[in-house]
Amino acid sequence: MMLPSDFELHRPATVGEAVALRAELGEAAALYAGGTELLLAMKLGVLDYEHLIDLKRIAGLRGVTCAGGELRIGAAVTHRELETHPDVVRELPGLAALERAVANVRVRAAGTLAGNLAFAEPHADPPALLVALGARVVLVGGEGSRELALEDFLVGAYETELGEDELIEAIVVPVGAPGAVYRKFQVLERPAVGVAAVGNLVGGVFDGAPTVVVGAVDERPVRVGAEMLDGAALDDEGAFAALAEAAAEAVEPVDDLSGSEDYKRHLTGVLAKRAVQALGDV
Amino acid sequence: MSATTITTRINGREQTLRVDNAELLLDLLRDRGLTGAKPSCEMEVCGACTVQLDGLPVSACTTLAVELDGRSVETVEHLDAGGELHPVQQAFLERSALQCGFCTPGMVMTAKALLESNPQPTRDEVTHWLEGSICRCTGYEPIVDAVLTAAQKMAA
Repeated sequence: MMLPSDFELHRPATVGEAVALRAELGEAAALYAGGTELLLAMKLGVLDYEHLIDLKRIAGLRGVTCAGGELRIGAAVTHRELETHPDVVRELPGLAALERAVANVRVRAAGTLAGNLAFAEPHADPPALLVALGARVVLVGGEGSRELALEDFLVGAYETELGEDELIEAIVVPVGAPGAVYRKFQVLERPAVGVAAVGNLVGGVFDGAPTVVVGAVDERPVRVGAEMLDGAALDDEGAFAALAEAAAEAVEPVDDLSGSEDYKRHLTGVLAKRAVQALGDV
Repeated sequence: MSATTITTRINGREQTLRVDNAELLLDLLRDRGLTGAKPSCEMEVCGACTVQLDGLPVSACTTLAVELDGRSVETVEHLDAGGELHPVQQAFLERSALQCGFCTPGMVMTAKALLESNPQPTRDEVTHWLEGSICRCTGYEPIVDAVLTAAQKMAA
């Protein structure tokens, strides 16, 4: 089977060329890297473009670097590169573990993190943990480059702040978080619920409230207030029960193939508790 | 149709081809008689169309044929090119890791890619790597056994 409609393929060699193509072709063009989301949608006829701008040949979008307390992930970096990259494994083992469980090995070999974020499919793994870690996206366009918190970049289902002439150049993730974990429940090809927790324990007691972010349930990641855990111990059942309740109430699930609203609220509570408790094992 | 000229290596043979931009890798291969990779779910979920692109497993059903440009693809048909079955294929036979055989080329290519990047995987690593490769006959246990057996054969 061919894709249902024909398109011109552009292979810019530099970010500047890609931005110029974006400006020239406008909505007739899609940015293309791994294709794991885009090609599926094009096969189904849900999306249709006259032009694809392939970003994989741009050297400036490749590679992962770690400097100044931040990990910089180029837009053409695949999930598999992230799960195996020594800097990611060393500095952000929770992110490496998340990447190791994205979709399946074939999707991880082709798909990119930037593509995942730009597509903004709500049922995705990376956004919750990256939001919890305070990640930013570096966008480049005709007017130059700008940075946005990932939390602000993700607007809704399949909707981001990416401008018509912009592309993602890199994702920047602060390193040095004491602990960062992600726990999900998944029986289909995408997660039903995923919860990220970032926080610090001193002597078995939470030093400040952990950051808790729920992904895959609402259209975009949702923060859960976890003040009840500030100063709480890992075996404080009352505090964890309150966290589970707060998490279940923070989301607004819809009934779908991944489960009913009630079921997803329940999963969210359970996974919030498990993710935060897992900070004790980091 | 818009088309692109590519230079690629298919099962070890270098060639220059003119491919339609909208053509999928799975069709390019099957149109050339390489029918081991199967169309099945058509959405990167089942693994029946798995081939190795520069050594890594990909879903040929959702990969553009032009992605072969400057790269090398290997399909199950190439594994016995030397006249003998590949150790992964031999292990699948010995451990009865197939029944109907529909998923087998994808399973074999996925397993081969694993053993090339991780020659001595644990059982858990094999299971994790094969998640996303669906078999409706075997219940998976003999497939995992076969991959571990192949690892032993290749180390010997």
